[in-house]
Amino acid sequence: MHSTRYIITFVAILTMVVALVLSLLATGLKPIHDRNEAIYNKKAILSAIESHLDQKASTMTADQVQKIFDDQIQQVVVDMQGNALEGVQADQVDMAKEKKKPLAEQRLPVYIYNGQDGKIYIVSVRGSGLWDEIWGSIALEDDFNTISGATFDHKGETPGLGAEIKDNPKFPREFVGKKLYNEGGKYVSVQVKKGPITDPVHQVDGISGATITSNGVTEMLERGIKYYEPYFEKQK
Amino acid sequence: MAETAVKQPVVKEREPLFGPKERKLLTDPFNDNNPITVQVLGICSALAVTSLVYPSVIMAISVTFVTAMSSFFTSLLRKSIPKQVRMIVQLVIIATLVTIVEQALKALNFEIYKQLSVFIGLIITNCIVMGRLEAFAMANRPWRSLLDGIGNGLGYGAILIIVALVRELFGKGTLFAGSPLAWQIIGPSSDYMLDTTSIGWLGWYQNNNLMVLSGAAMFIIGILIWIHRTWNPKLIDVS
Repeated sequence: MHSTRYIITFVAILTMVVALVLSLLATGLKPIHDRNEAIYNKKAILSAIESHLDQKASTMTADQVQKIFDDQIQQVVVDMQGNALEGVQADQVDMAKEKKKPLAEQRLPVYIYNGQDGKIYIVSVRGSGLWDEIWGSIALEDDFNTISGATFDHKGETPGLGAEIKDNPKFPREFVGKKLYNEGGKYVSVQVKKGPITDPVHQVDGISGATITSNGVTEMLERGIKYYEPYFEKQK
Repeated sequence: MAETAVKQPVVKEREPLFGPKERKLLTDPFNDNNPITVQVLGICSALAVTSLVYPSVIMAISVTFVTAMSSFFTSLLRKSIPKQVRMIVQLVIIATLVTIVEQALKALNFEIYKQLSVFIGLIITNCIVMGRLEAFAMANRPWRSLLDGIGNGLGYGAILIIVALVRELFGKGTLFAGSPLAWQIIGPSSDYMLDTTSIGWLGWYQNNNLMVLSGAAMFIIGILIWIHRTWNPKLIDVS
């Protein structure tokens, strides 16, 4: 049996050694982690405008992603009244944190892609799935009505069911060409529909077995894109 | 005088560095002592991460690193670890190594890190790791403990990859999706996984969604245990 003093000394030394090793490691790798995370988020944004790019975002290297962002993407942050804010980049806006603020104070990121076919506006939306948060980037053509591409991600949806919004590339592609406004100019958003589609301009086919996640996507789009309406009005 | 003493041959009998005993430490976990099919440990992560092969391979490598290094360091300290707090000390060692793996993965391959998410952190609670420390490393020398750790990590990893191969092939029709070696083998059409090489067997097989859910892993592990016991009669409990 060891004495109490020995045990305390042993544990204290062990803890200090471990703490030193881990803090050195975490501090040393932080710049790489931050860069990886930024590239990961940028790739998600680029995959919303995949049809306008030469290469699929998931197969791009970090340098290629950065080059497109430097050369062709303009980052804007707008407030709820649609005014562009000075001195802040879109990638500095954390949607998860914005969502916790009072609605009037939330800031919205906009990425504007200057391609050969004109400007594409990429907006960010965030909502709730079945288990946890879901979010996405929606690319709009410069009529602020036609969806040009979409990408979704989630924190903890069920693989094979709700997680299909991310894992199945067919799902986001269904949004291409859908319209946000009806013929009378009223905002109707796009619905993820269970069962047969009755309105091919404003509805996409839902994922079987993932009704709550599908409804979450519908709600997220309807609410999230509407926040950008004042900004769209000023750009028109 | 001193010179002649040095030249004296060492009479002490040395055990070989890698003899039959050491070899057994590496091979046993693949058969008679497999952590998953015989000891039924580490089932949680075996159910959770095996829907795709590539993350399973990364998981297998991570667990092997943790079992090997934690066995080695625990064995190194085995005589100075106070018996009263030995489990907490083992946990500190395991948790440190798991954090190192997590940090390294986050720097090396961020996409896989995102995909495995909490399951890397949950290696801490994987019974295989602590089981080997308690059962082996606390009573054996560092070299053998290291081999035992590697053997058990790989034995666990082998089952993980077998389960993942079945699940990914029949659930998604692909193999190694997400890695540079991605292949589309079977499936309804070639556009399910966009970044894969297709080999043209497509169109006749409808992906089985059950395979993607963790329930399928339970069935596959059950069948593996059945096959393993039929093939190796030593494992059948006669009591």
